Amino acid sequence: MMLTGKNTLVRIDWLTVILFVLLTGFGWLNLFSATYDEGLPVSLFSFASRYSKQFYYILAALVIAFLVMITDGKVWGAFAYLVYGLTVGLSILVLFIGREINGARSWIILGPVSFQPAEFMKAGMALLLAKLLSRFDFKIHRLHNLFLILLFTGLPMVLVFFQNDTGTMLVFLALILVLFREGLSGYVLIFGGIAAALFFLTLVFPLSVFLPVITIIALLLTWLYQHNFKYFLWGVISFSLLFGTVFLVNRMTSSGWSYSRVFFVASLSAFFLWAILIYRYRLNSLYLFLFAWIGATLLIFSVDMVFHDLLEPHQQARISQLLGLVHDPLGTGYNLNQSKIAIGSGGFFGKGFLRGTQTRFNFVPEQSTDFIFSTVGEEWGFLGSLLVIGSFSGLLIRLIFLAERQRSVFSRVFGYSVVSILFFHFAVNIGMVIGLVPVIGIPLPFFSYGGSSLLTFTLLLFIMLRLDTSRYEVIN
Amino acid sequence: MKDPYQNRRLVIGGIILFTGILYLIRLLILQVLDTSYKLSAESNSRQREIEYPGRGLILDRNGKVLASNEPVYDLMMIPRKTESFDTLALCSMLGIQRAELDKGIQSALQYSRYKPYPVVRQIDARRFAILEEQLFKYKGFYVQTRTRRIYPEGIASHVIGYMGEIDLNEIRQDPYYAVGDYLGQSGLELQYEKELRGRKGIRYQLVDVFNQVKGSYEGGRYDTLPEPGKNLLTTLNSELQKYGELLMTHKSGSIVAIEPATGEILCMVSSPSFDLNKLTGRERTRQFEALSADTLEPLFNRATMSRYAPGSIFKIVQALIGLDLGVIRPQTGFKCDKSLIGCHNHPEATNLKKAIQYSCNPYFYQVYRRIILRRQSSNIFTDSELGLADWQKKVMSFGLGQLLQIDLPGVSPGFIPGPEFYDTWYGRHRWAFSTIYSNCNGQGEVETVPVQIANLAAIIANRGYYYVPHFIRSIGEKGELPEVYRMPHHPDVNAAYYPVVINAMRAVIYEPSGTGRRAQVPGVIVCGKTGTVQNNQGEDHSGFFAFAPMQHPAIAISVYVEHAGSGGFWAAMIASLMMEKYLNGEVTQAEKEKMVLEYKQF
Ligand SMILES: [Zn+2]
Repeated sequence: MMLTGKNTLVRIDWLTVILFVLLTGFGWLNLFSATYDEGLPVSLFSFASRYSKQFYYILAALVIAFLVMITDGKVWGAFAYLVYGLTVGLSILVLFIGREINGARSWIILGPVSFQPAEFMKAGMALLLAKLLSRFDFKIHRLHNLFLILLFTGLPMVLVFFQNDTGTMLVFLALILVLFREGLSGYVLIFGGIAAALFFLTLVFPLSVFLPVITIIALLLTWLYQHNFKYFLWGVISFSLLFGTVFLVNRMTSSGWSYSRVFFVASLSAFFLWAILIYRYRLNSLYLFLFAWIGATLLIFSVDMVFHDLLEPHQQARISQLLGLVHDPLGTGYNLNQSKIAIGSGGFFGKGFLRGTQTRFNFVPEQSTDFIFSTVGEEWGFLGSLLVIGSFSGLLIRLIFLAERQRSVFSRVFGYSVVSILFFHFAVNIGMVIGLVPVIGIPLPFFSYGGSSLLTFTLLLFIMLRLDTSRYEVIN
Repeated sequence: MKDPYQNRRLVIGGIILFTGILYLIRLLILQVLDTSYKLSAESNSRQREIEYPGRGLILDRNGKVLASNEPVYDLMMIPRKTESFDTLALCSMLGIQRAELDKGIQSALQYSRYKPYPVVRQIDARRFAILEEQLFKYKGFYVQTRTRRIYPEGIASHVIGYMGEIDLNEIRQDPYYAVGDYLGQSGLELQYEKELRGRKGIRYQLVDVFNQVKGSYEGGRYDTLPEPGKNLLTTLNSELQKYGELLMTHKSGSIVAIEPATGEILCMVSSPSFDLNKLTGRERTRQFEALSADTLEPLFNRATMSRYAPGSIFKIVQALIGLDLGVIRPQTGFKCDKSLIGCHNHPEATNLKKAIQYSCNPYFYQVYRRIILRRQSSNIFTDSELGLADWQKKVMSFGLGQLLQIDLPGVSPGFIPGPEFYDTWYGRHRWAFSTIYSNCNGQGEVETVPVQIANLAAIIANRGYYYVPHFIRSIGEKGELPEVYRMPHHPDVNAAYYPVVINAMRAVIYEPSGTGRRAQVPGVIVCGKTGTVQNNQGEDHSGFFAFAPMQHPAIAISVYVEHAGSGGFWAAMIASLMMEKYLNGEVTQAEKEKMVLEYKQF
């Protein structure tokens, strides 16, 4: 149409490019501060320090961005399966020839170059998902389609799991946002959210308190919803009787059950009793409450088991730390505590570039990688935080805007994949550094030290920009 | 193409914005509203480095060093910085067991992965020299210098006292100390801890996470210099102390010698003893446990803490009080009536001097009876009560039954019974002289500690006054003696009566039938009294106290040898050797010395 054939650089979305440059540049500045050593100044052009290495990675990223922009956008659709297969292949390879660094067996080392295939797999996954969902016969609620998605998403997750990299594994879960945009039932998101909320609440409050509270809320809701005090009253009375009975039986047989277990058994009995009554008297509107309530009760009871029996001790420790259940600032909580101290000491204006005592003197472990945001917080203060969070939010909103203006499903799905992956990294990384999310080791895009992750995010971003520049062509 | 799910972009955008805003609120609280993190950051990176001053030396009265310092080295470890290393080589360099190193590393890991922790403490200079050359092989380890006590003479352990690491309770009581500090835990080290320790210097420095110094804080404006501890010049005569310890080896008991004119303690021996040099350094814990478990109680300072009945020595006090109250005169004689209280066979005690010389028990039964029952009331019970109260007051004025302000922790007051004591036992007006008569010759309920008996000797030597016995001559270069040691105390007895008992005490040593003839010292006139202390744990304790020379006394002494029988034997002989050593500078009584050295209780 009108713009066809013109230079792609004219039509490129410059706002996205500016945000990319801003984030990458500011990121490098902070990385410099976190890794610069006054006693040992290293030339920017040598390869001896992290900031100089990252400088070269940025150059490489820019080259790749440029190459992507001058390549035909159609190749990504055409080679989506191939790219996916290639990245997955590398991830399988890493299991055999990979090098273990910091407990994760996820590095391939080829002479002077080392990289993490798992990072590139994110790009492969985004392309594959776009390809899959853009097939003309694709309907998201068809079982075999859901199965395909599950299979193609599950494979990288399993591979990453075997590389011992839990953080990256969870990134793939973020793609649920894409599926939601493409029509997956909203209940999946809601139930996921409620389940997560209950999970954490269960760990914070003792079961013997939490179970009754849930029950009382459910009973109160039936009253409010039905405007009928009678049901509420009968509910309370019958439940009290059941609870009393179980309690007395437990006492007399001296089975030694805990209160939460007595309560759980009473709840199950109440469920069957009420289900029969609701069925008998056709109180259909109460079904929802009944099932929600028993669902919550079952979940709460199982979370306790999952947490104690299935999670690894260090994972338990991180969650407990986050929820304030344990206080161990020199042990498992050390990273987070030091990170909060660094950020908190920044104040409104920050201590200034290269002036952060916590940053300069290496109090925050992993500062150049997962905890790089603590440097931003310390040296640039709340203004720096505002800049970073504002830029990321702006970039993500802009990407949604770009995705929505695509005419092909492929481009739109790819755009949302980029949004989901980027958002997950942003939310989990910063949330972890400021103590709102358990400590999960994933990098902050464009900030954290590391070539693989920088190249992957650049690739994702610029493929999207390339697709965007030719959005009018693809439709034909 | 119509897209029914297009509005969902708003949900996704909403989630993103919600997250961004939530994080900004959290950051606003963290960075702007909550100021506590700024303080944490400061304490993180501003290290308060303590500079330890050298601890003051402890010197004997002639300036000979009894306790000084030497450098030792702690092997510090920062777990995060360590790499795998050859544990066996490290152990053999340090001369420790593998288990000990593992335990230290375990503690370090428990303490923190990021902060230095002393995994092996108190490495001596010799081992340090070996370690220093190899240390570069051990990443994450470094060595920190401290000091520890050494005791060149190896004497007077109970007096000097041992050092120990501070415990958390003590830190809570005195914020001057920090974890890992050493402080005096007994003896003079504890008594004069504040003077000996000096004052720590504080240097504020900027450090990184590995505590490596990155520069001074604010140009050293807040730094203070350490103030070295003051030296302690004591009253001890290390020659006499050493000789006393030699004589007391393989015996349990004590020797206390005092310079009567000043109250200065010349020596204080408690046996069995222990080696302070073994209570420093790496073996401390094990050694300390062994000493604590020893049934002979080597850590127990018998000279200040053993409560013995004074036995016949107490008859001197009874005599002085009797004379002072006018219930006897020097010429008063009593028959040796063994129906009153047991006695041995001796010529009749026709006067006080002979009664002391023969140590006649019935005689002092009579004296004590006259002291107690002075017809101050027609009621025998009230009369006893009033008499005993007067007696108690006078006895205590000799420094007995009360806490002497000796500059050593853990001194027992002994016990002199008064009316309240018997009231609680029998009830008021339910006891009389017949109940308490066994106090008459220093048995019964009377209890004294050896240092009080030495002080008693000093009182008699001084003919009626004493200075509180003490170890301190001077703190620092020209320290003043505390007021309490410059004030004479006068027992509540007329000074005119002392010559009477002094003559008797001379007779004890020199008259043919005297009980203390073995205490004679060539060329010097000694005055003394034996005490044979009955006790319920076995054979009698051998006790003796004396002063010499008779005119111008220079030394007052008490000697106790537990379960060694008559006071006139071992205790008198040891006192004789000690006095000769001190007064004449050398011992000529080779036979006596040989006997004492060959007498071994364990
Ligand atoms: Zn007699």
